[in-house]
Amino acid sequence: MNWLFHLGRYWIFTKELIIKPEKFSIYWKQLIRELDNFGYGSLGIVALTSVFMGAVITIQTVYNLVNPLVPISAVGVVARDSIILEFSPTMMSLVLAGKIGSSIASEIGTMRVTEQIDALEIMGINSSAYLVLPKVVAALLIFPFVVIISMFLGILGGWIAGSLAGVVSSSEYVQGIQDSFVPFNIVFALIKTITFAYLITTVSAYHGYYTEGGAREVGKSSTNAVVYSSILILIFDYILTQLILT
Amino acid sequence: MIELNKISKGFNGNIILRNITSRFETGYMNLVIGGSGSGKTVLMKCMVGLLEVDAGQILYDSKLFSGLNRKDRRPFRQEIGMVFQGGALFDSLNVERNVMFPLNMFTKMSPEEKKERVNFCLNRVNLINVNHLNPSELSGGMKKRVAIARAIAPNPKYLFCDEPNSGLDPQTAIVIDNLIKEITEEFNITTIVNTHDMNSVLEVGDKIVFLHKGEKWWEGNVDDILRTDNKELNDFIFATKLAKSIKKV
Repeated sequence: MNWLFHLGRYWIFTKELIIKPEKFSIYWKQLIRELDNFGYGSLGIVALTSVFMGAVITIQTVYNLVNPLVPISAVGVVARDSIILEFSPTMMSLVLAGKIGSSIASEIGTMRVTEQIDALEIMGINSSAYLVLPKVVAALLIFPFVVIISMFLGILGGWIAGSLAGVVSSSEYVQGIQDSFVPFNIVFALIKTITFAYLITTVSAYHGYYTEGGAREVGKSSTNAVVYSSILILIFDYILTQLILT
Repeated sequence: MIELNKISKGFNGNIILRNITSRFETGYMNLVIGGSGSGKTVLMKCMVGLLEVDAGQILYDSKLFSGLNRKDRRPFRQEIGMVFQGGALFDSLNVERNVMFPLNMFTKMSPEEKKERVNFCLNRVNLINVNHLNPSELSGGMKKRVAIARAIAPNPKYLFCDEPNSGLDPQTAIVIDNLIKEITEEFNITTIVNTHDMNSVLEVGDKIVFLHKGEKWWEGNVDDILRTDNKELNDFIFATKLAKSIKKV
């Protein structure tokens, strides 16, 4: 029944964020700071992961494409759809859960154990809304852009790897990525991204906010934040795919 | 003035505070003393509303505080300042922004007025030219002073200090104690200090409440302490040989 307790407390925690926010002007600076942190601060890891991910998908697709009846431009189609539908939104969210989720949980957890959250509460500030809402809003706003950049870089990585390895020509790859393109796939990817952004920030903040103890417990909260965010991302990936694509 | 009327509090069946009744007057240093686990911190957390009492009432200037919801407590909150044991300064803000924080949240002061108030509060706690420093760059004593400056910035009517001199050398501890006492008298604040430091008790205590096993075991002033024959209080206050010899004199 422990999970029911956490589910209930998570529900109340997220409700407090939305129902009792502080005045908007208070959030503005924090929102800008978080946008910078989540967006610009994540670009390096996102770019690196996306380029190599695109390269590996392309080369593996060529390696598995043994049927002479299938045109080589199909590599572009497979790479594009794999990256747009799954790898960019889901893989990037898992990477960001590791980077941003642990950072949120440890930041808020440290504030909890050093009584900074108590100090906010005594001043009459809704500490959960003050600390967490800017992070949630920033993630909802910036994650879609990060994922779109990841899509672009993933496809670019596939093109570079295919050309350099000489397994698929530039023209065939470009033809492949334009072939039977479904624009709704982008919308679907962004729906997933926004859902994952909400899960990463709220689940991580929840674990940080209810930290009890000291440095060891902050570390534990940080690990739990990443583990539970990742599990929820995979579960919701399946649910959303089932609901929207079938 | 803060009044406690038969306060009780427990966790999971363990009673931590039992029927505590007391009154803390305005303009005085009210000290709550007791050994580790005596319930001092729980009592303070109940008084500031971080914990809800199971029974009894807490009144601020005869107005009921306990049992109110977050919205109804807001006017009280803006009159409360608190100095935490570790300072609880916000890591992401420098000294100036830490002290300015409550002013940004609750006042409509202009940036110049806020800056002036911050400098006044920092000067009052004898800190000069530290506005740009981050909390990690401050010593323990400086952190406590910044915490006091932040607590008094919005002109509170009630000041709570949870072991403000713990972890400090005896000289700095007395400086901090005296600073809190001066501020209490100067601004006519109701100040309540949790401490287990004997020097603080004898140096600055106007009224002393001794907690033992979750109960109010004794209350009085410094002169009463020197005369009392309450065994638990004497064992606590005059624990060392030196202190025992002072008591005999």
